[in-house]
Amino acid sequence: MSSAPRTLFDKVWDAHVVAVREDGEALLWVDRHFVHEGSHHAFRKLEEKGRAVAEPSLTFGVSDHYVPTLSRPHIADPEIAGMVERLNGNAARHGIRLFGLDDPAQGIVHVVGPEQGLTLPGLLIVCGDSHTSTHGALGALAFGIGASEVAHVLMTQTLWQKKPKRMRVTVLGRLSAHVTAKDLALSIIASIGAGGAQGHAVEYAGEAVSALSVEARLTLCNMSIEAGARCGMIAPDMATFAYLRGRPHAPKGADFEAIVDEWRGLASDPGAVFDREVAIDARLVEPTVTWGVSPEDALPVGGTVPHADLANPLRAKYVAEALAYMGLAPGQKLTDIAVDRVFIGSCTNGRIEDLRAAAAVLAGRKAVVPGLVAPGSSAVKRQAEAEGLDRIFEAAGLTWADSGCSMCVGMNGDRLAPGERCASTTNRNFRGRQGPLSRTHLMSPAMVAAAAVAGRIADVRTLAGEGQ
Amino acid sequence: MDKFLTLRGIACPLEMENVDTDQLIPARFLSRSRADGYGGFLLHDLRFDAHGRPRGFTLDEPRYAGASVVVARRNFGTGSSREAAVYALWDYGVRCVVAPSFGDIFSGNAVKNGLLTAVVPEPDAEALLAWLRHAGAPELTVDLEGQTIVGGGLPFTFSIDPVRRLRLLNGWDDLDLTLQYTADIAAFREARCKAHRWAFPALPPVERDGNARS
Ligand code: SF4
Repeated sequence: MSSAPRTLFDKVWDAHVVAVREDGEALLWVDRHFVHEGSHHAFRKLEEKGRAVAEPSLTFGVSDHYVPTLSRPHIADPEIAGMVERLNGNAARHGIRLFGLDDPAQGIVHVVGPEQGLTLPGLLIVCGDSHTSTHGALGALAFGIGASEVAHVLMTQTLWQKKPKRMRVTVLGRLSAHVTAKDLALSIIASIGAGGAQGHAVEYAGEAVSALSVEARLTLCNMSIEAGARCGMIAPDMATFAYLRGRPHAPKGADFEAIVDEWRGLASDPGAVFDREVAIDARLVEPTVTWGVSPEDALPVGGTVPHADLANPLRAKYVAEALAYMGLAPGQKLTDIAVDRVFIGSCTNGRIEDLRAAAAVLAGRKAVVPGLVAPGSSAVKRQAEAEGLDRIFEAAGLTWADSGCSMCVGMNGDRLAPGERCASTTNRNFRGRQGPLSRTHLMSPAMVAAAAVAGRIADVRTLAGEGQ
Repeated sequence: MDKFLTLRGIACPLEMENVDTDQLIPARFLSRSRADGYGGFLLHDLRFDAHGRPRGFTLDEPRYAGASVVVARRNFGTGSSREAAVYALWDYGVRCVVAPSFGDIFSGNAVKNGLLTAVVPEPDAEALLAWLRHAGAPELTVDLEGQTIVGGGLPFTFSIDPVRRLRLLNGWDDLDLTLQYTADIAAFREARCKAHRWAFPALPPVERDGNARS
């Protein structure tokens, strides 16, 4: 290894290079490969080639995208049942550990990996899902891949990759009260754009990032892909090690403590060079919501829907079309937008701290619109029930569901009706993401809870000040 | 995989930015078998209403029937890793997408399926879009070797990652190549097992004498 200062990303990348091709692409070793119901195309490719899974013990299956959250274990839709069954069959056939529908550790792949201690610092992790960037919060190099690549990893446990450029996002100062990692992520995307980090591996650093809990870091890294980044990473620290100690699949006892010493080296060296540096002032970040159809269409909650009469005609057209789709008027106050429904969950904000934050707002209050709360994993569900959070949600009038991707993505039965408007803790407000013609406003769990109580987008800070 | 050399065909202008993977193929179609073809799902909800009736979307205008090239605005293919977004384009008959920028995972998926993602500067994309909107015969010729697009009498140059260009030109399949590295992979695995045994959860911890069981 060279002695020049290296970034965290370089260290993990370098440790996984099996070979480098003449054209510069590297063959990388994969430590963890997660598959889900959507991986059926890849398994079919495997069968076509008549090959076996190279490393079944490094491959983990999770049922999350298609599993129902309200009728378990019954699945009414035969097509959806078929997807869940197909993964069961492929996992059994290839000897892959499956966190299936009835497994106590089942959940969304990006919640399960860290929670079960399968995600560890310094590992290279891939999954046929773009939000694999989430796992980088623990100092892993983790990124989403397509079906052809999933098939390639299944067959060889390796992957050809072009080395991305390095980018560092330094968040100075501390976030204010009621401002969360979700608000930070949305502000970063709004400031650099939905393609702003394209071709880059992003490292998040700075005081505000160090101060985040591990769960909040998972939220931040989760949304790296929404800025176009290949992956997001945070150097592991004491909080990371404390989070991992005792996790079911993490190394145990004296072994763990010895490995922590190795993990401590996983930080960017002083003087390491990044291709791009961005600085964000945490003190300026406010509770943030989206108004349009891309995560970059985000504004502080006190703002107004933009006008379409901008100098740039391309931008004006984009804004006009987005507003038409969203059914919003230019200049409308964000806090005047009424919502039909709320959703709390997903790999972005379905962890226990997210549910606690939402419950804290909802305790003793009533939601005036219907809503669904889907915990990120079955373990999160049990924990929430042990803390009585389920009763708070239900007393407020929301539906407490089983764990899965649920209403984040319109493929498992949970979805919005056409034209419905949802305050959602998810990560994508694309047209039709939560069902055909659905309208999504992204925000933090506490902000979604506030929207549920107010029946419109609301500033959680005013609600919090009101008392109960 | 077939080699990509040149392509001459109808080009459809998509005057949109951030054409995301949820629009390229809505999630509810992802459970379908590829054998049935994904072409009908391409941009489905932009093209068809809730009853399956055509909305008169650009792609369905008779003048763009059989399009094999799509020209769009920035950040095409942003969003998820679903390779089905590429399958939908491919099965529809699209072989090349021209835009000022692309989602990373999307363009990686594209090359693995033989689909060319050609990057042109924003003004060139706008010029192409404007011309295609009104051209009598909206046809383009794409030459990967020379990295040019010819249309409306104008030659445009496009850029593409040199690695991806080489793979498309040669029709290379990753797996064939990887199998030449089988011995390197085995050696790497063994070394990683020794140095970072903790990274292999199924292996028992190191024995007291320091030797790893296998
Ligand atoms: S919760 Fe949503 S974003 Fe996360 S893995 Fe599931 S579908 Fe994808």
